[in-house]
Amino acid sequence: MSLVSDLINLDLSDSTKKIIAEYIWIGGSGMDIRSKARTLPGPVSDPSKLPKWNYDGSSTNQAPGEDSEVILYPQAIFKDPFRRGNNILVICDTYTPAGEPIPTNKRAAAAKIFSHPDVVAEVTWYGIEQEYTLLQKDVNWPLGWPVGGFPGPQGPYYCAAGADKAFGRDIVDAHYKACLYAGINISGINGEVMPGQWEFQVGPSVGISAGDEVWAARYILERITEIAGVVLSFDPKPIQGDWNGAGAHTNYSTKSMREDGGYEVIKKAINKLGLRHKEHIAAYGEGNERRLTGRHETADINTFKWGVANRGASIRVGRDTEKAGKGYFEDRRPASNMDPYVVTSMIAETTLLLKA
Amino acid sequence: MAQILAPTSQWQMKITKSSTTASPMTAKMWGSLVLKQNKKGPARSSTKFRVLATKAEGYTINRLEGLLNLDLTPFTDRIIAEYIWIGGSGVDVRSKSRTISKPVEDPSELPKWNYDGSSTGQAPGEDSEVILYPQAIFKDPFRGGNNILVICDAYTPQGEPIPTNKRARAAEIFKNKKVIDEVPWYGIEQEYTLLQTDVKWPLGWPVGGYPGPQGPYYCGAGADKSFGRDISDAHYKACLYAGINISGTNGEVMPGQWEYQVGPSVGIEAGDHIWASRYILERITEQAGVVLTLDPKPIEGDWNGAGCHTNYSTKSMREEGGFEVIKKAILNLSLRHGEHISAYGEGNERRLTGKHETASINTFSWGVANRGCSIRVGRETEKQGKGYLEDRRPASNMDPYIVTSLLAETTLLWEPTLEAEALAAQKLALNV
Repeated sequence: MSLVSDLINLDLSDSTKKIIAEYIWIGGSGMDIRSKARTLPGPVSDPSKLPKWNYDGSSTNQAPGEDSEVILYPQAIFKDPFRRGNNILVICDTYTPAGEPIPTNKRAAAAKIFSHPDVVAEVTWYGIEQEYTLLQKDVNWPLGWPVGGFPGPQGPYYCAAGADKAFGRDIVDAHYKACLYAGINISGINGEVMPGQWEFQVGPSVGISAGDEVWAARYILERITEIAGVVLSFDPKPIQGDWNGAGAHTNYSTKSMREDGGYEVIKKAINKLGLRHKEHIAAYGEGNERRLTGRHETADINTFKWGVANRGASIRVGRDTEKAGKGYFEDRRPASNMDPYVVTSMIAETTLLLKA
Repeated sequence: MAQILAPTSQWQMKITKSSTTASPMTAKMWGSLVLKQNKKGPARSSTKFRVLATKAEGYTINRLEGLLNLDLTPFTDRIIAEYIWIGGSGVDVRSKSRTISKPVEDPSELPKWNYDGSSTGQAPGEDSEVILYPQAIFKDPFRGGNNILVICDAYTPQGEPIPTNKRARAAEIFKNKKVIDEVPWYGIEQEYTLLQTDVKWPLGWPVGGYPGPQGPYYCGAGADKSFGRDISDAHYKACLYAGINISGTNGEVMPGQWEYQVGPSVGIEAGDHIWASRYILERITEQAGVVLTLDPKPIEGDWNGAGCHTNYSTKSMREEGGFEVIKKAILNLSLRHGEHISAYGEGNERRLTGKHETASINTFSWGVANRGCSIRVGRETEKQGKGYLEDRRPASNMDPYIVTSLLAETTLLWEPTLEAEALAAQKLALNV
């Protein structure tokens, strides 16, 4: 067995200039991450220097069998924490051979919004808090929970340590270092309220890079749980009953919000979001109605309300921001299975491009 | 139960802050130390260790270890800071991490942070932010490199310590000039019990039954006498690496029970170091798949409890004529027995029975070399006429900020009335 691990960890830079590039894209469900690797003649740091590629869209529900090629356009490069050396991960989006984004390609529309001069001028920042649940393989029951039963009620688990309170920390810690290595803007991690649930945060990222980084982080997490033999779930309400759901709270600010007088800009923005509550909710993740009940630190899905330091609101503004008169706000509505391209661009669109 | 090494008068005390000169444990060293257990074959008797969540088959475990032990310093200046605080029960330790742009030496360089107090019983949901103020830095023995652990205390957004924040009040006492001048030293003997997961029965004990009676286990070795040494040993090195002032460790009288000592520490440091060491212990037992308990009397009956004996001395006690100062301090403590006991840990009445090397909870007593007393003075101290005293009353789940500052307050800042003093002196046979 040691021969295999020696080979996996082989440092190729002494024997060849060639590198391995793992092309990563989003599949037909909008949540399944796919990837395959190819050899390139030498190190690359600019996505525009990478060749376009293609894959079998009929195997991912994204194209019919008779016309199955879907084209991959490289968009962002990260260092590969599994292969190390000069090897890379490449976040791609998907197009028809004719050059049109396929329907599940949400990045293309987001990129359009983020290149609009009004949006560019406001330098939109995003901090995304990705929650997720770890499940035991085969039984698909949360990690650390007795099979056929339940652990003691929520209370002791949030940010806790101990064999009876924290399940799966090795995965979380390995993921943290792997993302830092890869060059992802990961800003922190913590154990969540439901046992077996964790969170990592990515940001602050500008514009389209928020989406690229969250997808890259999700891919790395999927690879690490694969190694650990544990199943990763982004379901927004994995266990019914008195157990917290999983969200992807999205913190947001613009240049005007971060400057003096920003608090007024924030309040105006929140108002605009309130007028488009239903449209946002429809785009904020499948199954969110099971999670946004008004309990377990959520606001009810049909209600739009905001408050300072209020975790039961749709939008929460921090005390810091209130005190300083400027800062950012947190949209607590997105579910853990949201598409960050959709959520980030929609918030920018509603707050900056649509007239009230 | 172990004796804290009392410095003789010739000693110059070195206050070891988070050591920046110690060569860091290399990622490889740490990896081999902590993660070795998942390569063990079938476990001995009931002491099964497993690395939780990394139940992968055979060789693929290497890839996760590789990431956990990755040394990031060649790739980025950024470090990971684990902010640690005490939750709503007063004994639950919580933590979360954040990325800091470059290595830091001093807590003042770290940003304040906040957490969801409504999830720890420390704030309501509609006004849930509790602010974390960084107070002490230690090297992170789990992540290595320049990554750090940060001991914090908790405040409202307006800047007031929240009710469960005991450090703030202690810091005030330790800033008092009288206290500073007396340079109070603390040596704390933290006892703890290890329990098997799920059944919550002590490690090494047969499930549904009991081991042979106490006797062979204290400082013992052997598969039938010592249960969980890997945890105690890993903890010892991890604390030394972190820069915690850990001075020793030993197996305790009850099987599955252990002790480590932290000190001598000056003032508020004692509390910071104990909380950091408790966090590291909780993390290590988590990895080992064993439950840590700080309950003062985990098993009823003829089994020892777990305490947190606190050794204490001031400058005057350590100098010529110090024994008289010690006796005066004991006098003061005897007159505030009730206040101290109520602050010395929940459930202590189950432990302080007068048996099993404790004094009864309602009686205050002192003696030289007497382990059945509230306060014990060592023979060495008596002989030399100077030294320190050991308060044996605190329970293992005590808050060290409270205990250390209360000792300083009662012996240095509080004065009894003359009549009360005279009465007590007579009762305790103390010629002061």
